[in-house]
Amino acid sequence: MDIVSKLVDVTMDFETRIFGRKRRVRAVDRVSLEVRRGEIYGLVGESGSGKSTIGRISIRLYKPTKGRVFYGKLDITELPESKLRYLRREMQLIPQDPYGAINPIQTIGEALVEPLLIHYKLSKDEAVEQAHRALEEVGLHPSTEFFTRRPRELSGGQLQRAVIARAMILKPKYIVADEPTSNLDASIRTSIIKLLLDLREKYEQSLLFITHDIALLSLIANRIGVLYLAQLFEEGPTEKIVKNPLHPYTKALLSAIPLLSDELGLEKVYLKGEIGDPSNPPRGCRLHPRCPYAMDKCKTEEPPLIMVNEGRSVKCWLYYNS
Amino acid sequence: MSTLEVKDLWVKYYTFSGIVSAVSGVSFNLRKGEMLAVVGESGSGKSTLGLALLNMVPKPGKIVKGEVLLGGVNVLKLTPEEIRKIRGSRLSMVFQDPFTTLDPLRKIVDQFEEFLLEHGFDKSKSRSIVKEYLEAVGLPERIMYSYPHQLSGGQKQRVSIAMAIALNPEVIIADEPTTALDVVVQKQIMDLIDYIKGKYGSSIILITHDLALALERADTVMVMYGGYIMEYADKKELLNNMKHPYTKALFEALPRITTRILPKSLPGYPPDLRSPPQGCIFHPRCEYATEECRLKRPEMIEVGKGHFVACHLYR
Repeated sequence: MDIVSKLVDVTMDFETRIFGRKRRVRAVDRVSLEVRRGEIYGLVGESGSGKSTIGRISIRLYKPTKGRVFYGKLDITELPESKLRYLRREMQLIPQDPYGAINPIQTIGEALVEPLLIHYKLSKDEAVEQAHRALEEVGLHPSTEFFTRRPRELSGGQLQRAVIARAMILKPKYIVADEPTSNLDASIRTSIIKLLLDLREKYEQSLLFITHDIALLSLIANRIGVLYLAQLFEEGPTEKIVKNPLHPYTKALLSAIPLLSDELGLEKVYLKGEIGDPSNPPRGCRLHPRCPYAMDKCKTEEPPLIMVNEGRSVKCWLYYNS
Repeated sequence: MSTLEVKDLWVKYYTFSGIVSAVSGVSFNLRKGEMLAVVGESGSGKSTLGLALLNMVPKPGKIVKGEVLLGGVNVLKLTPEEIRKIRGSRLSMVFQDPFTTLDPLRKIVDQFEEFLLEHGFDKSKSRSIVKEYLEAVGLPERIMYSYPHQLSGGQKQRVSIAMAIALNPEVIIADEPTTALDVVVQKQIMDLIDYIKGKYGSSIILITHDLALALERADTVMVMYGGYIMEYADKKELLNNMKHPYTKALFEALPRITTRILPKSLPGYPPDLRSPPQGCIFHPRCEYATEECRLKRPEMIEVGKGHFVACHLYR
């Protein structure tokens, strides 16, 4: 199988100092996953699950504490910034907050022209022309009207289009989209998703789509990975995850969707309390204090990621047959 | 009689770049024990409406017209002293961001007690009341002696709900109470609000951007767009008999897990309220817009029992 991005047993620690006291937060804990060529891999999790960190590691905006990161067949874990720069053309991030993504004193046009001048030996005129085409392509029409505007002169939806235009302008092959629509209103959200899907098809991109919205993933992703407190809890093809979730946490996520959870006719699972503190995760299975199915074993021993059938795995003792 | 009656309410913001009409001619009644969901996207005026009900619209905003009748008394005509007494005891508010509503430097019990003492409670009783209400919202007693930063988002939202219900107000206004929270916790907090409604018989105004949440939880749903009410109906009636093109568009924008079809999107962007479009405020984005819609603002018409819609299609 052709792999675009692969993480092997990746761990990421962040150290913070509060009043001089060192505190270590393990944001990602031994996660392995791969994004196949042409697919949309959906990564779902609550805040604090480590989903954004994984996205940033996969395009080496972060260097993991342990584990390996591959882009295609190339091991990019230790690649220095000077070499990574060439790869940045191929891997791009679409962040959640479009207002933080473009320098507020730059015009949209300048923000688009800049990467072209850095990465390709284009003349200024050529770059400007390409920038106009990119704006039209994302539906910011007429481009002349948007080219000279600054970020705050655009609505949230328009600005997210501009951010997408900039991410796409170098014609990348691998996109990490980190909650690209969660700041947008419902009526705008779908049009942004459609735009991403259209561009992906046109340029044959692979996509790592990060979100807290499993309902959205069920519509667009080929495969879904479910994260909880820095660990991968379940992974599999979208159809199977949505119609037949295995992990109690995945079931709880699906049960919590207002109105639509009834349509699925699934067993409802309710969790107590909230996602724990990543700097001090529970012993054993990290979900056990909240899980209605928790057994004694769950309190002391961490379950392995169990392969239940082809392409389907779950980190839960309920599915373990020795 | 209704617990709360809102009559022809208009709110405008007088900004440097122009006058923004945030709430335009909103009227509705709220029965005792009813949960009304006010649904709208950003800029729909839903949050301003919530603040206006407590006469708390921040400057440069101003309530230019209308009445808010609580038990027959117009809240907007009260003196600042009188309204301060009403806030919390008869009309209370739960905000979106539980991280900013609590004072970070003081223990929960101190903030809670101060609030009770301000409303004339006896010092000897206040501590037991704090305990009682924290328990009612599902928090352990030790939370009393915590500082806000030691609590999770869901716990903080539970504290603000406990304070909002402690004086047994007739109306609780909850402005996006679950938006800042994770999905699983969102469900817990909505379950808590449901439980409180049942136990204390409070009327609740749930302000939200999420039509699915409104249709799941509320008794009645009011859909706002650009400051105007587009549609107002009983939840069941609305689900089965949606009328307004905007309500339909919002509904179709919800992801339907079972079909695996990407939801429909609405073309265009929300209106600039400094220079709103003439005629129906929704017409630039409406696929059914006619000449009449471009020229004339539609009146609210009753299309079924208690089902109102502001759209020329149904006249």
